[in-house]
Amino acid sequence: MKRQGISVSDGIAIGEALVITGQEPDIQKDMQGSVQKEVQSFETALENSRKEIQNIRNQSAADIGEEQAKIFDAHLSILEDPEIVDGVKEMIASEEVSAAYALDRKVTELLQLFETIDNEYLKERAQDLKDVGRRVIRHLLGVKDEILTDMKEGTILVAHDLAPSYTAQVDRRKVRGIITATGGRTSHAAIMARALGIPAVVGVKDIIKHIQPGETIGLDGFTGEVFLKLDNDQFQMLREKQQKNQARQDKLKKFIGKKTMTKDGLVRELAANIAAPEEAELALENDAEGIGLFRTEFLYMNRTELPDEEEQFEAYKAVLEKMGDRPVIIRTLDIGGDKNVTYLDFPEELNPFLGFRAIRYCLEHPELFKVQLRALLRASTYGNLKIMYPMVSNLEEVRAANALLEEAKQELSSESISFSSNIESGIMIETPAAAIISDQLAKNVDFFSIGTNDLIQYTMAADRLNEHVAHLYDPFHPGVLRLIKKVIDAAHQEGIWVGMCGELAGEEHLIPLFLGMGLDEFSMNPGNILQSREIISKWSMSEARELVQEVLNLTSSSEVKKRLDFFK
Amino acid sequence: MKNKFMITNESGLHARPASVFVNNVKSYQSDVIIRKNGKEANGKSLMRILTLGISKGDTIEIEVSGPDEKEAMAAIQNLIDSGLEG
Repeated sequence: MKRQGISVSDGIAIGEALVITGQEPDIQKDMQGSVQKEVQSFETALENSRKEIQNIRNQSAADIGEEQAKIFDAHLSILEDPEIVDGVKEMIASEEVSAAYALDRKVTELLQLFETIDNEYLKERAQDLKDVGRRVIRHLLGVKDEILTDMKEGTILVAHDLAPSYTAQVDRRKVRGIITATGGRTSHAAIMARALGIPAVVGVKDIIKHIQPGETIGLDGFTGEVFLKLDNDQFQMLREKQQKNQARQDKLKKFIGKKTMTKDGLVRELAANIAAPEEAELALENDAEGIGLFRTEFLYMNRTELPDEEEQFEAYKAVLEKMGDRPVIIRTLDIGGDKNVTYLDFPEELNPFLGFRAIRYCLEHPELFKVQLRALLRASTYGNLKIMYPMVSNLEEVRAANALLEEAKQELSSESISFSSNIESGIMIETPAAAIISDQLAKNVDFFSIGTNDLIQYTMAADRLNEHVAHLYDPFHPGVLRLIKKVIDAAHQEGIWVGMCGELAGEEHLIPLFLGMGLDEFSMNPGNILQSREIISKWSMSEARELVQEVLNLTSSSEVKKRLDFFK
Repeated sequence: MKNKFMITNESGLHARPASVFVNNVKSYQSDVIIRKNGKEANGKSLMRILTLGISKGDTIEIEVSGPDEKEAMAAIQNLIDSGLEG
């Protein structure tokens, strides 16, 4: 049986399903011995829980990072909360009930109170409270944690959703794959899986119902397929794909530490796209020469209030420090469109992708934008920072954004806070208007990065999620390719460098073409970097330029695909 | 002793400001009770404070009683005046 989900972390996994049901253990209301004994076992359970959380905290700080470990600091503080500690003890004494019962009721009471308040932050705290409550109750009842104890080598974790406290306990040595019923590319489980390099598929509806605990299952993190009740053919098929992939990965390893260089010695740059600080590690493992796109939306989403300057500063600093001398392009806030943020008042829009988003929103809200710019500037002393504005469609926007950047610099200077003096600032080219006036824009910025996902959708006027017009969302359309060529030429004419951070930058058939057009930097999913380095090593610039000449004279997408060996 | 306070920081008594508050009052022996609209909460319990749903612009009453109530109240005054940052 095969089910389809969303592929969020590459790789193939075959293993034994460990289903995280989140089921609650049975709680007896009556106490076993005296009040005093019950209180004592409550205290012991608190203490054991504290030790356990402390251990997980240290483990996840080492495995994933300090940021992730902070979740457990919140858990530790709940263990000391007088409402819980004293409240439960009082209930045991006054009602003569078991500690587990008293705690369960206390937690339920608080959760009910939380529910009356509509607030994202409280929802997260509610999750923490539930987690901690369950842990202490487990200790009281002597029930073991399903995720910690049942996890053997070769496990595939299956859950409705993986809370941050669970993902932080995932042992990458034991877990081969992760499947969740909910979520998308930017859900917590997805980001963690990518950061840990574990194949994962999310959004597989009703998966838990269809799975037997302990059954052998498979998942394909490239295609998003999940295989239940594995038959022999499927098993063989996955095995083969896995071995092939492994062999290919091993072969590509020889490109680690090598320059990205054409046959005739021209050096290019291969960078990684990341969406959270944790992913910088993966970028380095794949020998990225920089970060070509660090999306900052994660800081703003799934919460109830704006991140302050300090929090942003810490996130940017973490990535800059990790990457050392390698360039890190941080893109300023790109919300709106399909990425909405509940606590900011976005108007309902008929055409969100043609609406109030990205730099358009930021320029209307300079107070919000400047917090980010200040945080970026402050972080700049910790590495090689470049700042990039998204969704630019005219020169005024560039000037206005740079004016605010200048203001932020003035402010910091007057507060005697230091920042680098030579930070490059550039723009994404993702609207056709920006591409067409790229010669003028190039005079006012330090670099371009071509955002192909939006550039294609706006150029073709087609939404790739709309099945009726998805075929028109076509990267091989001569119109798209000519526009990209125009942008690269305009940049070089003005002596600035130009990169690409859309999905096309890692598309194997198009890399030679972009190479021939003169693209300076290719930024992509970390997993595609070594393969792209191999492709570039097989071409000389004269060959690649010839290819460009030929392809740009073709009249249809299918001819282009044929010439680029897409069908082989 | 009792005192009324207006909460002026952006996010009210939630998230970090609430933890800052709890961590500060915990160091005093006195009991701290926060009241809003007839509901009350132990000022040393983050979980309880959160259930009051205190937002920017709300007026709350804080009662402190115990051996170091004066110092505690002064500290709370300072804390709220400085916008509960810490």
